[in-house]
Amino acid sequence: MQFDVIVIGGGHAGTEAAAAAARRGARTALLSFDLSKVGAMSCNPAIGGLGKGHLVREVDAFDGLIARAADAAAIHYRMLNRSKGTAVQGPRVQADRTRYAAAIQSMLAAQPGLTLVAGEAEALVLAGGQIAGVTLADGTTLSARAVVIATGTFLGGRIFRGEERETGGRIGEASATRLAEQMRALALPMARLKTGTPPRLDGRSIDWARIEQQPSDAEPWTMSPLTRERLLPQLHCGITRTNAATHDAIRSGLDRSPLFSGAIDAQGPRYCPSIEDKIHRFGDRDGHQIFLEPEGLDTHLIYPNGMSTSLPVDIQVAMVKSIPGLGRAEIVTPGYAVEYDHVDPRALNAMLGLPQIPGIFCAGQINGTTGYEEAAGQGLAAGINAAAHACDLAPWVLDRATSYLGVMIDDLVLQGVTEPYRMLTARAEFRLRLRADNAETRLGPIGAELGCLGADRLERLARRQEARDRLDAMFSITLTSTQLQANGAPVGQDGARRPSREWLRFPGVETGHLGIAWDGDPAMLAEFVEDARYAPYLERQEAEVAALRGNDNVRLGDDLDFAAIPGLSNEMIERLSSARPETLGAASRIRGITPAALSAILLQARKRAA
Amino acid sequence: MSTIFAVSSGAPPAAIAIMRLSGPGAFAAVLDLAGSLPQPRAAALRALRDPATGDLLDRALVLLFPGPASATGEDLAELHLHGGRAVVRAVEESLAAIPGLCAAEPGEFTRRALANGRIDLSEAEGLGDLLMAETEAQRRVAIRSAEGAVRREVEGWTTRALGISAQVEALLDHGDEDDVAAGPDPLPGIRAAAAKLADEIAIVAGRPPVERLRDGLRVVLAGPPNAGKSTLLNALTGRDAAIVSDIAGTTRDRIEAPVVRGGVAYLLTDTAGLNAAPGDAIEEIGIARTRDALEAADIILWLGDDPPPPHPATIWLHARADEPGRAAARDAALPISAATGAGIDALWHRLAELSQALLPPPDMVALNARQRELSLSAAAALRAIGTEPDLLLVAEHLRTALRAFDAITGRAGVEAMLDALFGRFCIGK
Repeated sequence: MQFDVIVIGGGHAGTEAAAAAARRGARTALLSFDLSKVGAMSCNPAIGGLGKGHLVREVDAFDGLIARAADAAAIHYRMLNRSKGTAVQGPRVQADRTRYAAAIQSMLAAQPGLTLVAGEAEALVLAGGQIAGVTLADGTTLSARAVVIATGTFLGGRIFRGEERETGGRIGEASATRLAEQMRALALPMARLKTGTPPRLDGRSIDWARIEQQPSDAEPWTMSPLTRERLLPQLHCGITRTNAATHDAIRSGLDRSPLFSGAIDAQGPRYCPSIEDKIHRFGDRDGHQIFLEPEGLDTHLIYPNGMSTSLPVDIQVAMVKSIPGLGRAEIVTPGYAVEYDHVDPRALNAMLGLPQIPGIFCAGQINGTTGYEEAAGQGLAAGINAAAHACDLAPWVLDRATSYLGVMIDDLVLQGVTEPYRMLTARAEFRLRLRADNAETRLGPIGAELGCLGADRLERLARRQEARDRLDAMFSITLTSTQLQANGAPVGQDGARRPSREWLRFPGVETGHLGIAWDGDPAMLAEFVEDARYAPYLERQEAEVAALRGNDNVRLGDDLDFAAIPGLSNEMIERLSSARPETLGAASRIRGITPAALSAILLQARKRAA
Repeated sequence: MSTIFAVSSGAPPAAIAIMRLSGPGAFAAVLDLAGSLPQPRAAALRALRDPATGDLLDRALVLLFPGPASATGEDLAELHLHGGRAVVRAVEESLAAIPGLCAAEPGEFTRRALANGRIDLSEAEGLGDLLMAETEAQRRVAIRSAEGAVRREVEGWTTRALGISAQVEALLDHGDEDDVAAGPDPLPGIRAAAAKLADEIAIVAGRPPVERLRDGLRVVLAGPPNAGKSTLLNALTGRDAAIVSDIAGTTRDRIEAPVVRGGVAYLLTDTAGLNAAPGDAIEEIGIARTRDALEAADIILWLGDDPPPPHPATIWLHARADEPGRAAARDAALPISAATGAGIDALWHRLAELSQALLPPPDMVALNARQRELSLSAAAALRAIGTEPDLLLVAEHLRTALRAFDAITGRAGVEAMLDALFGRFCIGK
C-alpha cells in the first residue's frame, strides 16, 4: 500500500503526528499493535500542568487533538499557580481514560486522508539510504517517503517489579523488540531510561471521609478554546500524606527494589521520583503528599499520584495501608518500573528528522522525553515536517522565542537528555512572552501558513484578529491621572496623560478605571491586559530575541569538523559533534560551551567561509 | 591556515627585538633561516641566514614552542634579534619571501590564541591592556585580568545568582503541587541574597576603572585666557608641547600630552581659555571643547583667580607666582611658577595624592568600561528584586543579571564583542 507518511505508534506522539500530517494533506497511515488502545493514557490520568499546559495549548493552536480530547474527557479542572503571573499559570485536567481514548479515536476516524492500520512494524524499509516504508509482522509492506517513529516505551521495553521481570512497554502488551534490534543495527545512538507508575487503587475501598478534598475549579475555562463549556460532571481529587509507618515499610523493602539492587541502572526523572527514591534521598522529611486522582466516571480506579514504585507487591500493600484513608484500600494493579530504549535526540535535526536516514522522524518518549504533552508536541512537529518531506511542502523550523514547542525541540536536539525530559517553565528564557493564554496569538498564523488549520479555527483566528484590533484602538485612548482618580484608580495626581495601555502598568489600575467596556470574549481582554502590564519587559526581550536570531543567522556549515578546532576540550568536541549545531546561536546554547570555545568556533567558521 | 610573523617586543630600535612566528610553517621557516632547530623550549644561539642568498642576517637566540601548548595554540617560534631597525627589516624581508608566511595583522596572535581556545575574552581584554601597559600599576592590573581574575570574579557572581534563581524557579514551577511549599516563605531570603550580591558587585564596579590606568588620568588645565596654562603644560611635560605667547587666546584647540610620573600615567590636556566674550567663532568652538574636556576630566588644574568650577578632584593653582604683584596667593590656591619651577614639585605631589583614589588599587580585580557597565546593570537588576512583588518578574530580573554576566565573559553578542576587542590591538601581540 502506498502512503506519503507512515506513523508507527498510536500514543500521544503518534496520534498527533498522524493527524497533523493528514491535516497538511499527506496520505497518512497510523500503525499500531492494537487499534483499540490508540490514544491510551498509560500513566497518570492528568493532562496539562506547569509548562505542560502551555504545550497543550500550543498543540491546540495548530488544531491538534490533545486539548479537545482532554476537554471531552475532563472530570476535574485545575489552574495551577493561579496566584502567580499568567505566564506561569498552568491549566491541567483530570481525564477519564476511556473517554479520552474514545475522543482521540473519533477525531482520527473523522480525519480525511488518514488510515489506521493494525499490526506490528517489524522492519523499516530503506532504499538508497532513504526511508521507503515499513514491513509488518504479517509480511505486508507499506510504502512511504516519510516515517514517523513514535513507539514510546515499546522499544526494548522491560518491566520491573520487585524481583519480577517482564518484557513489554505497558503491562499486558508486547514490546517492539525486533524494531529495536533493527534500530540498534542502524547504529543510531541509543541509550536507556526508566520511568515508573504507582499501584492503582479501588476507590470503593478508600475511606474518603479521612481525605482532604480538592474540588474542580469553579471558573469555566477549558483546555481548548474551541470547547465551549464543561462537558462532563466534575469530580473531586483527594490529598493525603505518607507517614513514618509508610517510610518504614518502604525501607524494609529497599533491598528488593530493582532501583536499589542494581537491576535498573537507567536514569529516571528527578521531577517524578519513585516513592522509594523520595524516602531514600529526603530521609528527613516526615511525609510526602499523595494526590488521589479519579481515573474516570465509569471506573472505581484511583491513581495515587506521588507513589510511583517498583517495590515488590507485598511491600506496596504495606505501604498503601499505612497511609491515612487507605487503611483498607485494595491494590487493583501494582506499580512497576519500565526501562526502555531511546534515541539520543542529538542525532535529530531541528525538524525532528534523522539526517542520517532522510525521511525518518522521531517523536515522543523515543526521544527521551516523558509526559503526554511533550509527546504530543513532538508528534505535531514531526507530523508537520514528515508531511513536508513527503509532499515537498514548507518545513517548520521551530523557535525558542515563540513557543515552548521550540524550546523543547531545541533543548532535545542540542543538549540531549540525561533523564526523561519534562517541560518546565524555567526552561523558557522568553517565558514572559510564552503564555498558555496567548498560544493562539503566537502560533495561529504559523499554523495557518503551514496549512494545518481547519475552517473553524481559521474563522476563529480572523475573529480574534478583529477583536485584537478593536482592543488596540480602545487601549490607545489617552487619559489623565485626574480622570483615573475620578474612576477610583489608586494613582498619584501627576497630571500626566497616558495611553490606557500604559496606565495598566501602574499597580492597582484595572480596566474598569480606564472606562473600558468590553463586550467581546473576556479571555481576549485578559490576554491584552497581560500584554500591556508586562510590555516594558516584553520590549526589552525583543532586543534579546533579535540578538538570538542574529546568532542563529551565522551558519556553521554541515561539515564543520569540531574535532579539528584546536583548543576545544574533549567534552566540548563530544557535545558539539553529537548535537551538530547548525548555527552559532545553537552552538552557544549547548551546555558547557565556554565563551572561548564559542569564539574559536566562530573564527573557524569565518575562516572557512573566507 | 597561514603562518604569521611580527616583531612582538615594541618598536625598534631597542636592545633586542623579539620576532614571533606562529602557524604550521613556523618551525620550517626557522629551519630555513637557522639551518637547524633547537630542542623545544630551550634557547639556543643560531646564525640566521637569508634562505635565498645565504647572507648572514643576525646571530640570534632561537626558541621553539610546539603547539597546542603554546601561547597561540599553534607551533610558535621566537627569534631574539639584535634590535636595530636594519636587522629587523632584513629578517622580515627574508621571512616574507618564504611561501605561506605573511606579516601578522594587528592583534592576530591574540586572535589565534582566542581561536584556539588558549584564552577567553576577558583574558584577551586583559592581555590587550597588558601589552599596552607602560607603568608598573598598569601592568599589575592587566596581568590580573589576563590571568582570568575578572572571569573568576564574574563566575562567582554567576554561581550565586544561579543559586538564587534556582530558589525562585522552584517556587514558580513546583510551588503549587509538589512538596516545595512546606516551610517558611523563602522570598525574604531571596531578596536579601540578591541585595547582598548587588552590593558586592557594586563595590567591584565602583572601583576606579581600569581605563584610567591604561589611558592615563585625564588632567585638564583650564582657566581664563592668558592664565599660563600652556606654559604650565610645557613645564609639566618637560617639552614644548604647546605654543606659548602673551597673546590671549593663543590656544584655540585642546592639546593632549601624555606623561608618566612616579609610575602613574597622566594625559595632560591644555585647553582654550574660558573667555566670557569670545572674539570669534573659532574661539567659541575652542571654548565648547574646553567644556567637553572638563566634563571628562579626572582632575582639573584650575588656573583662575576666581574659584574653580565644582568637580570632585580639582587643584586650584595660583600661576605666575613669580611675577610682580602676584606674590600674594589666595589661601586655597597653590602658588606655582613655570618660569622658576617653584611649586611644580608640590603640584606633582598633589597629583600623586589624588591619583591614589582615582586609580584602581593594584592586586584587586579592576573592570574596564564595558565590564563595569554590564556589572552595574546586573547589580541594578538584582536590586530591583527587593521591591518586586511579582515572582515572575523577580525571576526575570535574575535572568537579566545572568545575561549580563554572560556578556562579560563573552557569551552574548560574540561577533560585535570580537570586533571591538581586536580593534584595539597593536601589531604582533
